[in-house]
Amino acid sequence: MADPVEPPPLFENVDILGDCANDEDLFVSARQEPPESYCADFHDGIDGDADLSNLSLEEDRKTEMENVPINNGGGLPDTMEHVKRQVARSPEIMLLILQVEAAGGEQFLEISITEPQKVGEGMSAYMAYRVKTKTNMPIFKKREFSVTRRFSDFLGLHDKLSEKYLKVGRIIPPAPEKSVIGMTKIKISSQSEGTPTNGNDFVERRRASLERYLKRTAQHPVLVLDPDFREFLESDVELPKATSTSALSSAGVMRLFNKVGETVNKITYKMDETDPWFEDRLTHIEALETQLRKLHANVEAMVSYRKELSHLTNGVSRSAAMLSACEDHNSLSMALSHLADTEEKVEALHLEQANTDFFILCEILKDYLGLLGSVRDAFHERTKLFQHWQHSQQMLAKKREAKAKMELTNRADKVDQAGAEVIEWEAKVERGQENFDKISKMIKMEVERFEKCRVHDFKMMFIRYLENHLNHQAQLVKYWEAFLPQAKAIA
Amino acid sequence: TDKANQEEGNNVPLIDNTLIVDISDALSEKDKVKFTVHTRTTMKNFQKSEFLVVRQHEEFIWLHDRYEEDPKYAGYIIPPPPPRPNFDASREKLQRLGEGEGTMTKEEFTKMKQELEAEYLATFKKTVAMHEVFLTRLASHSVFREDSHLHVFLEYDQDLCARPKGKLQQLGGLVKSLGNTTDQYYLNATVRDVNDFFEQQMNSLTEYHNQLKEATSRTDKMTEKHKELADSFIKISGGILQLANNDPGPLDKFLAKVSDTFERARKIESRVASDQDLKLADTLRYYMRDSQAARALLVRRLKCLVNYENANRTLEKARHKNKDIHAAEAAQSQACEQFEAISAQAKEELLDFKTRRLHAFRKSLIELAELEIKHARTQQDLLKKSVQNLRELL
Repeated sequence: MADPVEPPPLFENVDILGDCANDEDLFVSARQEPPESYCADFHDGIDGDADLSNLSLEEDRKTEMENVPINNGGGLPDTMEHVKRQVARSPEIMLLILQVEAAGGEQFLEISITEPQKVGEGMSAYMAYRVKTKTNMPIFKKREFSVTRRFSDFLGLHDKLSEKYLKVGRIIPPAPEKSVIGMTKIKISSQSEGTPTNGNDFVERRRASLERYLKRTAQHPVLVLDPDFREFLESDVELPKATSTSALSSAGVMRLFNKVGETVNKITYKMDETDPWFEDRLTHIEALETQLRKLHANVEAMVSYRKELSHLTNGVSRSAAMLSACEDHNSLSMALSHLADTEEKVEALHLEQANTDFFILCEILKDYLGLLGSVRDAFHERTKLFQHWQHSQQMLAKKREAKAKMELTNRADKVDQAGAEVIEWEAKVERGQENFDKISKMIKMEVERFEKCRVHDFKMMFIRYLENHLNHQAQLVKYWEAFLPQAKAIA
Repeated sequence: TDKANQEEGNNVPLIDNTLIVDISDALSEKDKVKFTVHTRTTMKNFQKSEFLVVRQHEEFIWLHDRYEEDPKYAGYIIPPPPPRPNFDASREKLQRLGEGEGTMTKEEFTKMKQELEAEYLATFKKTVAMHEVFLTRLASHSVFREDSHLHVFLEYDQDLCARPKGKLQQLGGLVKSLGNTTDQYYLNATVRDVNDFFEQQMNSLTEYHNQLKEATSRTDKMTEKHKELADSFIKISGGILQLANNDPGPLDKFLAKVSDTFERARKIESRVASDQDLKLADTLRYYMRDSQAARALLVRRLKCLVNYENANRTLEKARHKNKDIHAAEAAQSQACEQFEAISAQAKEELLDFKTRRLHAFRKSLIELAELEIKHARTQQDLLKKSVQNLRELL
């Protein structure tokens, strides 16, 4: 299948997972080819621009990923978008990237979450979800596979990805929220098989949000290749229990402390911004958040009105049935009975409309509130690196002073040591600046990708929403058209 | 115009110029409504052939009470009186809106205000319609329209009754209606109807009335909620427009279109709610009152029956004591006549009631269904076009 878009030159502006603006299913078709032929096809298929010989596979230059002072996350190299000549660390990974890119718009990764099952009883019970994946991406062992995961596994995945990639400025999709109330209801409900009917709403809500979470993570060109993500999707064993995700664990408490500290930091530290792009973006994001929050609240209100309307329609339906029962004139009685039926159908329709409002509009808006938080988190990481860099600069100045002092007082032995420290801190300052520049570049790239996805998501969200309501109205027409002759039959 | 339930009286031909009454104007003041009652007539007992008077709600009640207490009309279903004009709910909503003005944008506030003003207007139109229907039923009824009180009501250009004594009179009305219900209970409990037909009618009418009451209240709640739902679109449409304005770029045109779609959908949804109210709720409401009037007739008949039975007993006693036999005989035969007359009349009235009911429900349910279909189709078209436009903007 031909690539819908002219294949771009190697490593320039290539979005591994294809253009977000395409249809919802990220990729068009599946095609499994052995790696060697990929390489060959790729080489021939490109419009001459790219030339493998331009790459020096053995090049030792470090990638953007290295020398992140705070815990090198390692992980795979970057998307190729702005990485013109930078190169993977090893030929194998190089090949992998080529394969993924070559397929370009033909690769797909479909994830769905089904069959929520309650496992266990009482307070130690939990919901297990089946995660099904269909893909033609060569990095996966099979083309179709499914595993069982529980909620804490998702949280664990998110934590791992955050740990690795947040520090370099990537936007990590947030994991779905915990819900103590919702889950406790499930735990104490007596049903043990299948989907508990009491918590149906909650379970469906959670299932849908977990699915969106995985899909969003898979949309990210780098996260999708992450080994932890892959393991999550395809490893058929029970994942080690992510105990640190429990709200009440010591790790949880530590997280709370850290969060508080970070929040204070966020508020108190004012960065000396040299690039207005970041300030503008942040302002824009904050404005967007405020508006989305309001919109979300209003949509939530609409959902509850519709649900109440559904309930009240049921009351009318039952009244019509009662009237029909005590109406002694035959044809009027029949008509009233049909009215009762019609109102019952309308009641169910209102509920469906409420679900459309909720799952297609409300929940997506909520997701974006979380995502915008993730964007801000990335910005904050940059601020932290700036702080770090500034601190290094301050230390360097001190060390230089110290060295000068030593020279003045002619303390030969101390001078050497001071000199060494100066060099050490000079290197730190240089690295600090490098990392700051890297994260700035990374964030710009991530935000660009994020915005493209956001625009697409919003458009698709509203289109789907309106299409659903279009169908609801069509149903409404049918119901009342079926009723009309009954009314006319009153004689 | 939506005149809820134009009802006809006793087999009067549609085109009859004898007495035509309508409410040509109405004025809503602080706590009262002034109706301009307009009459055209060919009847000789009026001074002119066309004239106007201004009446308030209490005077309509005065007129109804005159009919109800007149034994001449005991055998008829007296048209139920119109409900008191009640703008409290509307006023309260407008007030709450004013209080919350600071929390919404100017456009949202304007739209909400427009909606509430429309609601106020609709309530107003309804009360006019209710008062008018009451009069037209009387004016088109071959017996009712001859009544002198009606003529005074239509023609006399001064106030008919002193301004309502306020609480005292209302209390009086309350006591009276309480009296009625205990009456009914008493009657139902102790009088065995000689005619099974009437007993069965009474029971089914009572049941019917209660069901109608329940149905009316539930339909009202449903249409109110529906209106609330439609109004909630205002804030959503406004919010989406704000997003469009603050998000220059590929989304602004798109979102502006979505906002516009919501606004149009809102108007349609609003119409659905108000049409449900007019066609379904109002019909149920009217027949709730009419069925109550029918019950009142049956109660009056039962009172006659009690009279009749008492007269029979008195006659027996008189014969036994051999005293006042003649008087007792006269009284008994009169009671018998009255009872038989009212029974015959009542049978006809009940049949008439059924016909009216069938006709009204048929009309309303057909109109309801047609309007629902129309609105749903309009929304369908709106949404189809919107989706088309939006897909082009993808």
